[in-house]
Amino acid sequence: MMKFRFRRQGNDPQREKIKQDLFAFNKTVEHGFPNQPSALAYDPKLQLMAIGTKSGAIKVYGSPGVEFTGLHKDTATVTQMHFLHGQGRILSLLDDNTLHLWEIGQREQCSSLEEVCSFTIPCRTVIESTSATRVTVLLPKLNCDLLAVGTEGGGVHFLELPSLTLLDKSLFQDEIMQSVPDEYKCGKSLGPVESLQEHPQHPDKILIGYSRGLVVLWDLQTRHVDNLFLGKQQLESLVWERSGNSFVSSHSDGGYMVWSVSSSTPCTNEPVSSTITYGPFPCKAVNKILWRTAESGSPLVLFSGGMPRASYGDRHCLTILQDSQHVTLDFTSRVIDFFTVHCTDAHKFDDPSALVVLLEEELVVIDLQTAGWPTIPAPYLAPLHSSAITCSYHISNVPTKLWERVVSAGQQQGSLQTHTNWPICGGKNLAPDPKQQELMLTGHEDGTVRFWDASGVSLRPLYKLSTANIFQTDCDHNDSLTQAGEEEWPPFRKVGCFDPYSDDPRLGIQKICLCKYSGKLVVAGTAGQVIVLYLSDEKSDHMIDVATVDLLQDREGFTWKGHDRLPPKSGSVVFAPGFQPVVLVQCMPPAAVTAVTLHAEWNLIAFGTSHGFGLFDYHRRSPVLARCTLHPNDSLAMEGPLSRVKSLKKSLRQSFRRIRKSRVSGKKRVSSTLCEANAHLAEQDAEVTPVQRRIEPRSADDSLSGVVRCLCFADTFLRDGTHHGPTMWAGTNSGSVYAYALDVPSQEKFSEQSVEALLGKEIQLMHRAPVVSIAVLDGRGNPLPEPYEVSRDLAKAPDMQGSHSVLIASEEQFKVFMLPKVSAKTKFKLTAHEGCRVRKVALVNFSSVASEDYSENGLVCLTNLGDIHVFSIPALRPQVRYDCIRKEDISGIASCVFTKTGQGFYLISPSEYERFSLSARVITEPLCQVEFDRPHDSSETR
Amino acid sequence: MNKNHRVPSSRTLSAVEVKSKFGAEFRRFSLDRSKPGRFDEFYGLLQHVHRIPNVDLLVGYADIHGDLLPINNDDNYHKAISTAAPLLRLFLQRKEEAEYSAFGTNSLTRKKTPAALAAVLLRPDANRKKPPVIISLPKDFRPVSSIIDVDILPETHRRVRLYKHGQEKPLGFYIRDGSSVRVTPQGLEKVPGIFISRLVPGGLAESTGLLAVNDEVLEVNGIEVAGKSLDQVTDMMIANSHNLIITVKPANQRNNVVRNSNSGGGAASGSSGRSSDSGASYYSYSAPGAVAMTPSHIIQNFRPEEVESDDDEEEDLVIETGGDMRLAPLSAAGATASYSMPSLPRYEPHLNLRHSNGAMATSSSVGSLSTNERGLERRNLEEDGTVITL
Repeated sequence: MMKFRFRRQGNDPQREKIKQDLFAFNKTVEHGFPNQPSALAYDPKLQLMAIGTKSGAIKVYGSPGVEFTGLHKDTATVTQMHFLHGQGRILSLLDDNTLHLWEIGQREQCSSLEEVCSFTIPCRTVIESTSATRVTVLLPKLNCDLLAVGTEGGGVHFLELPSLTLLDKSLFQDEIMQSVPDEYKCGKSLGPVESLQEHPQHPDKILIGYSRGLVVLWDLQTRHVDNLFLGKQQLESLVWERSGNSFVSSHSDGGYMVWSVSSSTPCTNEPVSSTITYGPFPCKAVNKILWRTAESGSPLVLFSGGMPRASYGDRHCLTILQDSQHVTLDFTSRVIDFFTVHCTDAHKFDDPSALVVLLEEELVVIDLQTAGWPTIPAPYLAPLHSSAITCSYHISNVPTKLWERVVSAGQQQGSLQTHTNWPICGGKNLAPDPKQQELMLTGHEDGTVRFWDASGVSLRPLYKLSTANIFQTDCDHNDSLTQAGEEEWPPFRKVGCFDPYSDDPRLGIQKICLCKYSGKLVVAGTAGQVIVLYLSDEKSDHMIDVATVDLLQDREGFTWKGHDRLPPKSGSVVFAPGFQPVVLVQCMPPAAVTAVTLHAEWNLIAFGTSHGFGLFDYHRRSPVLARCTLHPNDSLAMEGPLSRVKSLKKSLRQSFRRIRKSRVSGKKRVSSTLCEANAHLAEQDAEVTPVQRRIEPRSADDSLSGVVRCLCFADTFLRDGTHHGPTMWAGTNSGSVYAYALDVPSQEKFSEQSVEALLGKEIQLMHRAPVVSIAVLDGRGNPLPEPYEVSRDLAKAPDMQGSHSVLIASEEQFKVFMLPKVSAKTKFKLTAHEGCRVRKVALVNFSSVASEDYSENGLVCLTNLGDIHVFSIPALRPQVRYDCIRKEDISGIASCVFTKTGQGFYLISPSEYERFSLSARVITEPLCQVEFDRPHDSSETR
Repeated sequence: MNKNHRVPSSRTLSAVEVKSKFGAEFRRFSLDRSKPGRFDEFYGLLQHVHRIPNVDLLVGYADIHGDLLPINNDDNYHKAISTAAPLLRLFLQRKEEAEYSAFGTNSLTRKKTPAALAAVLLRPDANRKKPPVIISLPKDFRPVSSIIDVDILPETHRRVRLYKHGQEKPLGFYIRDGSSVRVTPQGLEKVPGIFISRLVPGGLAESTGLLAVNDEVLEVNGIEVAGKSLDQVTDMMIANSHNLIITVKPANQRNNVVRNSNSGGGAASGSSGRSSDSGASYYSYSAPGAVAMTPSHIIQNFRPEEVESDDDEEEDLVIETGGDMRLAPLSAAGATASYSMPSLPRYEPHLNLRHSNGAMATSSSVGSLSTNERGLERRNLEEDGTVITL
């Protein structure tokens, strides 16, 4: 009864106030590259770039730190975007044929993006099909008062800006047809409007290009056709030459034509020149072409596509041509759109300084002013997924020393360059400098670990560590392939870092652990490899010590049918400054490592797989302990992931069922009203076989029960209440916890004396749920400090007087046990009460907004329903609950990491982290301002 | 009672290993499983091996489910012999200082370990001041799955407690999504609901006869399932599977309990009337009648803390390595078995005792197992564990 009342302690107003000061949930910023980008726009006046995505998001970027995000109400693909230059307004066109106007608004000195109004082109007559009014192109006039809209039916409509009201002066094909010579007409329509371009010198004239090839220069004032260009090739795009004396058209046959414009010849039959760059064999269409004049000489031609169909039709290319210089940029993903940054004011030449290419998976910027056209690394939009992310690890409050060493190692790698020549630099970043340095480490499928600066709003690459070079893999010869490509034509140049093809899936990184004080790093992978690395500032050429630890412990009757271990390279290997491997421990059987931890002060690492766990002294290079956690009935774990066992089938079936279910429910939120529920039910009734769930308690011989889920080191009381000492804890999938007392020799005797491990306690949780996390709390209920923090005076020493306790979080419940007796003190049964399961937990220090020194430790828990609960420790009382991730987003939930100060990250797509904050105090969000002059303001937003 | 209704497999030996404990002393001997003899012969044998010829004894044994059950006639003696696997653990008490309340289901589960049990048995009056309430002997019953809270629930609903432990049977039912019709102020509304979709033949749910296909699940251990997804309800049931209490609206409303009739409207009400006490009878060992009589028990909504109190029985098993912790460098550290339940206050005095006497016994019991084969050893440890903990 009392327990019950305590749990509902929400009525205490004082406590509520404290909670408000401690906890607040905000999704603050998205790091990485937008998933499935579909449109690109650039405002040369404000120097802002906008990217639209297939999910209807608009992201605006300026100088580093300047970011806005907007999301359309409907999840439809953004097909086109245009800035109203200098006004801080964006026009977007969705594939549901609606136009939307967005404004950058000022709120409390910070800017944000808001939708102002939207518009749909009405059908002209009843006869006209809806596809005829489908918008194909948009052209906002440079003076921002008029928007020309080209449609599928070949009509051009005009809208007033910024109100988006249709003006009664639409131009239809019949009007154009009157001036077209009969022999060109052939009784066929001109096709959809493919391009609209404003005359660079005369704002009243626009160039209209139709799909069939006809190009018309139209005078808006006189409503009269000035010039006709009777193109015979299917048109893809048009671009003016700066002077307005000529324009360039690109075509579906892979060629482009230059046309000259003169008032003397109202009807031009032939272009000045016509080129098919990659002919004579059939080529693919040139989707977009840009023509930029340069003071230095001949103009720069940039176009995408146009590759020879047979030989390179599958490449994603962009060609840059100037005089004899010719580069074919060869990308690994589709080109979405591109633009150049060039002079737009009253200058005689374009003089482009940079080319910005938006690809499906990354953003590439080419410096056009430097010889050789090198790439400029982007300070944001980092392609996190250049190889698929397999794990993430966050380190808060990184010491300056380590930070500088990592940065300098990265600089020598060339992965970190200065962004002084970054061309897109609009807006002002108002966010204060981060108080502390934060590192984000991502492990990838290709065996690399990337270090990111996560201190601020933009995730910056710092350093890249590759573990593939210490193994013999099949892919070592790829250097010779690139050598062979030298003589090739077209002159391909590989650009970009997105490389989704993993050389060997065994290289994939599963777990990472870094000691931020000693610069020691442990990286563990898919083939049971555990690599210990030191941070070194010098280049080195050394052998790596290899040790094998048999986690089966001669258990008989099992055969591993999975992959082989990775053969390490023999002989010495050259390592650049940075993290250099010293010891490689290989688990046998080589199953993926499921847990790893490091205690640099004791020179120990612990690692676990689906078979057992091991403890290794990397100073003496000697194994200390190996323990098999397998249950005898567990055949799946034994035979490896490739074996076809019933339970695997079952899990597959379940996951398919999940996928199907999530497809049905889609993005819809849980409906609250009865009506919606009824509608939902009607849907469900239609389903023939209802989803069933079996009710059985967890049994010991469930498959994969031996998987080691978590490992932790702690200096605490395991044997008796008076002597504390090093301990190691391991938790498994079947609710077993093993606690070992370690005998670690003092620093001086490290070389002579070996580390010893004695099994102290074995705890079997009766509910047998997987142990998600183990943490030891000191006498005051605070988490123990990290290694070196006490010995280097960086943290308050833990309370060794009061009795310690261990917090064991399983998938179903949290439990605090007193040490050394392991008697249950408090518990919270989450699954039994809420029906959700624990996925991720972390101990987090929440500091109050009200007072500098007040802070509380809390247990943060992410459940399988995607909500986040915060509990007090050690009392385990629920504090707050927030919805965070959609429950269907399994990869988002699986990728979530928490920081020590109450922030967190999870993947919202393969390439983007959402950053969120649970703390009311520690928030990293974009604070930026864009200054502009908006002549006729729409009144709604003010 | 012919014991061979349960045919021993070819592997089981004909000899039954017996470990008998009286006071602080152990005796080990074996009996022939096929010829156990009569109870009085056995009684005499016990008096003989313990060298207590003139002491009146109360003989108890730990059955496979961890319950302490009495042996006082031929039938339950034969039952004890036939079900002993591999070891028959006997606990002897002097009749005059016997702790009757120790018998019954959960007796060992609650106390967990033989250590704790022994503490009860060996020091009957050291910690307990309560006079033993002897209702009857033998209490060779254990609670079965039952209908509870008949008095507080609407007649259309049924609250069922499924007793899982102590049975080999799986819980054995499936649930599904569905829709049910509710009467609301706005009229009839269709709302989503959770239903029992299938009963596994031979499973617990089927064998109790208390649940049926298409029964609508309303609550799980006092928590309403309305608004929860099928997966959530599944997880809640599994998490509570040690002591699952589900409230259903039976699809077949004809067997409902008629509450007002005093002497019972048919067999159903009679049995459920009795079984409605069984929830309370659980408490009555420690505080007879107290819980059942307090009005707090009669509450409109089943509260979580009732479940809370129940799951003390769900204590986690802590295995400690003994005082002579074996070094475990690169070898599977043998979990030398010294089971204890440290959360009990009686742990300390008993620990001393174990160091003197018990160490020999436990180590020998582990020693009898194959030590090389880790799997087997662990397996056996677990079996050992169930004997001790459940």
